[in-house]
Amino acid sequence: MDLLLEGFQTALTPENLLYAVIGVLLGTAVGVLPGIGPAMTVALLLPITYNVEPSSALIMFAGIYYGGMYGGSTTSILLNTPGESSSVITAIEGNKMAKAGRAAQALATAAIGSFVAGTIGTVLLVLLAPTVADVVVQLGAPSYFAIMLLALLAVTTVLGSSKLRGFIALFLGLAIGLVGTVTGQSRLTFGSPLLADGIDIVVVAVAIFAVGEALWVAAHLRRRPLEIIPVGQPWMSKADWGRSWKPWLRGTAYGFPFGALPAGGAEVPTFLSYLTEKRLSKKPEEFGHGAIEGVAGPEAANNASAAGTLVPLLAIGLPTTATAAVILLAMQSYGIQPGPQLFDNEPELVWGLLASLFVANLLLLVINLPMAPLWAKLLQIPRPYLYAGILFFASLGAYSVNFQAFDLALLLAFGLLGLAMRRFGIPVLPLIIGVILGPRVEAQLTEALAISQGDVSTLWSEPVAVVVYVVIVMIALLLVVAKVRNRAVAQREDVDMGVDA
Amino acid sequence: MSATHTDPVPTRRRVVDSAQYGLAAFLAVVGAVVVWDATTLEKGFADQPVQPYAMPYVVGAGLLLLAVLLAVATACGDVPEAEEGEDVDLSGGSDWVTVAKLTAVFVLNVALVEWLGWAITGAILFAGSAWALGSRSWVRDVAIGVALSLLTWYGFYVGLGIPIPAGVLDGVL
Repeated sequence: MDLLLEGFQTALTPENLLYAVIGVLLGTAVGVLPGIGPAMTVALLLPITYNVEPSSALIMFAGIYYGGMYGGSTTSILLNTPGESSSVITAIEGNKMAKAGRAAQALATAAIGSFVAGTIGTVLLVLLAPTVADVVVQLGAPSYFAIMLLALLAVTTVLGSSKLRGFIALFLGLAIGLVGTVTGQSRLTFGSPLLADGIDIVVVAVAIFAVGEALWVAAHLRRRPLEIIPVGQPWMSKADWGRSWKPWLRGTAYGFPFGALPAGGAEVPTFLSYLTEKRLSKKPEEFGHGAIEGVAGPEAANNASAAGTLVPLLAIGLPTTATAAVILLAMQSYGIQPGPQLFDNEPELVWGLLASLFVANLLLLVINLPMAPLWAKLLQIPRPYLYAGILFFASLGAYSVNFQAFDLALLLAFGLLGLAMRRFGIPVLPLIIGVILGPRVEAQLTEALAISQGDVSTLWSEPVAVVVYVVIVMIALLLVVAKVRNRAVAQREDVDMGVDA
Repeated sequence: MSATHTDPVPTRRRVVDSAQYGLAAFLAVVGAVVVWDATTLEKGFADQPVQPYAMPYVVGAGLLLLAVLLAVATACGDVPEAEEGEDVDLSGGSDWVTVAKLTAVFVLNVALVEWLGWAITGAILFAGSAWALGSRSWVRDVAIGVALSLLTWYGFYVGLGIPIPAGVLDGVL
């Protein structure tokens, strides 16, 4: 508790408060803006880590992360085209509410629900992360190796519809991670000194997130203007409050644990929250026509999951979402290695960051409720300028790493890869996680085997490692079962079609 | 149950996204290069438990396997779900001309940045991209581009203490 109070002292200095305000404003803006999300924004802002204090930069990035979750709901409700995958579910009921003239109530329940969930989630984070770190700090290399394998597998298979494409992304990421001379010999450098230090992950992240997205949108730019539902000041009646508060709490209960698990992500908990609210609602007939519970629950779930993802990030050093991955890169560029030692080595930084999350949440509520109509105006920005701006800042970010034209060429090459991935429906997250975790998996394996002098049985010598391997086997089995069942269903359909023909 | 079923959509199996074979080929090439590179690595120290070529062999083999799986899946009628977004309209075809124009503007930036400096090529990059994306107000595009590139140059120099190489404008800025 004392530590948290000291954290507030760090977070509430005028300078850090300013960074928090900038963070939440930027975060909300990019959440609202089409084509640009929190992960891309943090990636584009990585150059500031060269000269800004670590605590200030991380406070700003955390503000962007939380803000992006708020802003995403605005587009879902007013446009029916969710920008972030975490607000897909919000759009179902939220847009129906807006069309029925209840946009103000939808925005209000989303904003207040996000605040409630974000605050509860942050409390849980503060309680849990140090405890988890205390446990994790005793683990050896074999357990780390197992946990990272689990994270790679989970991120690849749990999200997205096609497992094959998940693995394609993962292995491309692992291949990119091989480049360089970490092992004493130069791998995949093709004799070029420019590649000797490996490919800068900042360049890869900016290219895949920003350039790939901008090129993909450019190829399919919507020619018709989007239909934006006009909105006034968000507010809720007493009845709306009565219908909202339980879904907020239930959404939080779904969101936080899912965020904290290695599979991470906000998609599954928002979906579960939606189904639960639909089942528990006293007015199930309203679902599909703008039920406020269907906005309140999922919006709380996605904010709680954002808080949850910070548990593995801070306590284990394991990123489970795209934004968390880029925040990890920012920490590494300061020479800070997130993980169990973080709480002992950098107490001021961690507790300042945790305290700033409470501040960010409050700021978001304050700026979102009165300013919703203003944010909606952002949607009218001319698209050529928006995407030209993204390409401009992506180039600047990549160029500022080393001031080499070579990095810009890499940016273009990986940007085109990002474009191809969007064309072929290949998820982006496994690639980024593969680039980051690939070298670390190899390092942990080397360390484990070095200690055991090459005895492979060391890999399952720790109880945690054994448990993790059991979980991995269970996931693999579930995948096989699901596959077999799908195939059976498909064959039955084929038989049906055969009858037709 | 399907007696009254008169769906005009042809059987799913007929649809083959042949561009996916290109992706499979790309994966195969990357996988082959990774494996080939691994064969050129020398055995490290005797007590090094994980040899430098161990990971590359695993990753390369994985990529080759995935290439085969993707090719098979494609032949069986597996179609990708292209990514959607607020500004993405998948109902029409893909406009690759715009992408080519943007790529050209990008290549121009790569080629010129070391000679002309970011303050100039950044402006060209912004104005060129805006043009490629359909903006036709030249004066405004260039003005915004120049303003952005100068602001970022001075922002990095003054705010972050990082001098971006000025190129031909060395001494002017």
